[in-house]
Amino acid sequence: MEKILEVENLELSFHTFAGEVKAIRGVNFDLKKGETLAIVGESGSGKSVTTKAIMRLLPESSSEFKNGQILFDGKDLTKLTDKEMQKIRGKDISMIFQDPMTSLNPTMTIGKQIMEPILKHQKLSKIEAQKMAIYLLQLVGMPQPEQRIKQYPHQFSGGQRQRIVIAIALACNPKILIADEPTTALDVTIQAQILELMKDLQKKIDTSIIFITHDLGVVANVADRVAVMYSGKIVEIGTVDEIFYNPQHPYTWGLLSSMPSLDVQEAKLYAIPGTPPDLLDPPKGDSFALRSEYAMQIDLEEIPPFFKVSDTHYAATWLLHPDAPEVTPPATIIERMKRFPSSRYYKGANGGATK
Amino acid sequence: MAKYVFKRVIYMILTLFLIASFTFSLMKMLPGSPISTSSKLTPNQLAAVEAKYGLDKPLPVQYGIYMKNMVKLDFGTSFQFKEASVTELIINRAGPSFILGIQALILGTIGGIILGMIAALRQNTAWDYGSTLIAIFGISIPSFVFASLLQYWIGVKGGFLPVGLWENGWKSSILPTIALAMGPLATSARFIRTEMIEVLGTDYITLAKAKGASGIEIAFKHAFRNALIPLITVMGPLAAGLVTGSLVVEQIFAIPGIGEQFVKAINVSDYSVIMGTTMFFSVLLILVIFIVDILYGIVDPRIRLAGGNKQ
Ligand SMILES: Nc1ncnc2c1ncn2[C@@H]1O[C@H](COP(=O)(O)OP(=O)(O)OP(=O)(O)O)[C@@H](O)[C@H]1O
Ligand SMILES: [Mg+2]
Repeated sequence: MEKILEVENLELSFHTFAGEVKAIRGVNFDLKKGETLAIVGESGSGKSVTTKAIMRLLPESSSEFKNGQILFDGKDLTKLTDKEMQKIRGKDISMIFQDPMTSLNPTMTIGKQIMEPILKHQKLSKIEAQKMAIYLLQLVGMPQPEQRIKQYPHQFSGGQRQRIVIAIALACNPKILIADEPTTALDVTIQAQILELMKDLQKKIDTSIIFITHDLGVVANVADRVAVMYSGKIVEIGTVDEIFYNPQHPYTWGLLSSMPSLDVQEAKLYAIPGTPPDLLDPPKGDSFALRSEYAMQIDLEEIPPFFKVSDTHYAATWLLHPDAPEVTPPATIIERMKRFPSSRYYKGANGGATK
Repeated sequence: MAKYVFKRVIYMILTLFLIASFTFSLMKMLPGSPISTSSKLTPNQLAAVEAKYGLDKPLPVQYGIYMKNMVKLDFGTSFQFKEASVTELIINRAGPSFILGIQALILGTIGGIILGMIAALRQNTAWDYGSTLIAIFGISIPSFVFASLLQYWIGVKGGFLPVGLWENGWKSSILPTIALAMGPLATSARFIRTEMIEVLGTDYITLAKAKGASGIEIAFKHAFRNALIPLITVMGPLAAGLVTGSLVVEQIFAIPGIGEQFVKAINVSDYSVIMGTTMFFSVLLILVIFIVDILYGIVDPRIRLAGGNKQ
């Protein structure tokens, strides 16, 4: 499939009073046309920073690209001028933010806010743009769009506001849509509605989506592929099935074990021990080693490269090195692997469960 | 909207009534009377004069007469300028004060907004520090010091603008306007700077950037209006500051305005002029606050007045 975005060896730092925060420490991934890539990981792992770096929305005064490139449409986004970037934002790449209560301008009608990118990037008259805005509101399931475009954000509920933000993001048929935890701030029923809407839209429009979330349950629902981030790096990337049923990195094991599930009845939810490393002074080697019961000597000394598991599945852990000893993943993970054909624990499609 | 305005007008009248009563009682509590300070009269003469002005009647009666006349916009006659009606005295003096007040308000807020915007958009540059410096001067140096400095350095030493009085047309108003405007200018510059910086960090500004808006569009289309809202709330106090400032500045530049007359009236305990002017200032400020509230609703849709476009 055609690649629409390639992030290569991206390194980015923030300059703060405390020193240099190495927030992104070598991120590699690509995004294919029409697919949804989920980025998961603990708070502070760099999910938002990665996507904001793609859109160049980080504060210019304190952030710095140290290395790598972001290739989009034959251009390296890290090298573009502000003017060139403005032509891409909102048109080719657009974004949905976490908190719909704060992401709309309180003193501007929502009609104007939806029309803004249309007027900016397309050669449309005001009247045509307004028609387009009404159409978009309809598309995201807002009743009575003709009246509602004249209203202000405070006249809408949280779920409705997120629909408006989605309408804005879709206004110019972007090639890439970045959704940074678009449902986290909403209550559960509304979350489900917004997710349903996004899945629906994904079928209607041919946009590649980067979907950031904490919630692995959501991932299985919306994504084609998953990238697992930890302390400024992607530690494992693969298709949803590969990540869910054949995970290789101990951090992914931890994440999956801490996910509440229906079929594995457990009294207590698992929590990954320890805290993420300080990005002011990241540890040598595998930054997860200090929290991992599977850590080996080499994990403390050298950063693991990506090992290939399949054509679509890569993981950065020394456990995949040919010389590494074979380890036994946690029981819940083995349960999962039993359903994955190329796994050594494979027991058939239903995981070996007998009726 | 009509209902809202009606309600506000009722409140305004009530406020004025309270202010009038309060000033009346304050006046009566102060020692001295216009007659005792100004002349050496025999007790007989004193009694005659007091009777003439109604000062011999019991207080509640004086109060009743005062309030009744006030409704008719009659604030009585001045004690110091024989027989001149207070209302006329105020009207005759209103021109210069109004010109100064309006000019200072415009110069102060618009100048302050420009200064604050520059500071916020060029944060931590020489522009920012320069504007901060001006603001600190404006806030910490009282207007009478500015007035004296301007008068001395530009009026006396420089000689290219009038030192005082109101005899050279608009030119006469320049220095007092600047002196009066420094306070509001500094305050609005600080306000706009702080608010702009805060607004520029909000999510909706990031979203505007994510739509492809340019720096100028971000600053003026998205941020400015939101940064203006808090400034509008302090417009009332700013206007009040101008009124008090005008008392001193008019005095220094010897401008025949209401403020100068007010200060003179205080010096000679000219009750009727003091009360008339106080009421006049009160009406003015209450009107300003009313206009500010309406403006507030226009700028901030969240508090559109009841009866506007309801959902
Ligand atoms: N403007 C900034 N200045 C300094 N450090 C920053 C800045 N923005 C982010 N960081 C740091 O970069 C790291 C990654 O932050 P990021 O917001 O990408 O996390 P995240 O994975 O999105 O977390 P969450 O799930 O909580 O949203 C954090 O350690 C954060 O403190
Ligand atoms: Mg985030």
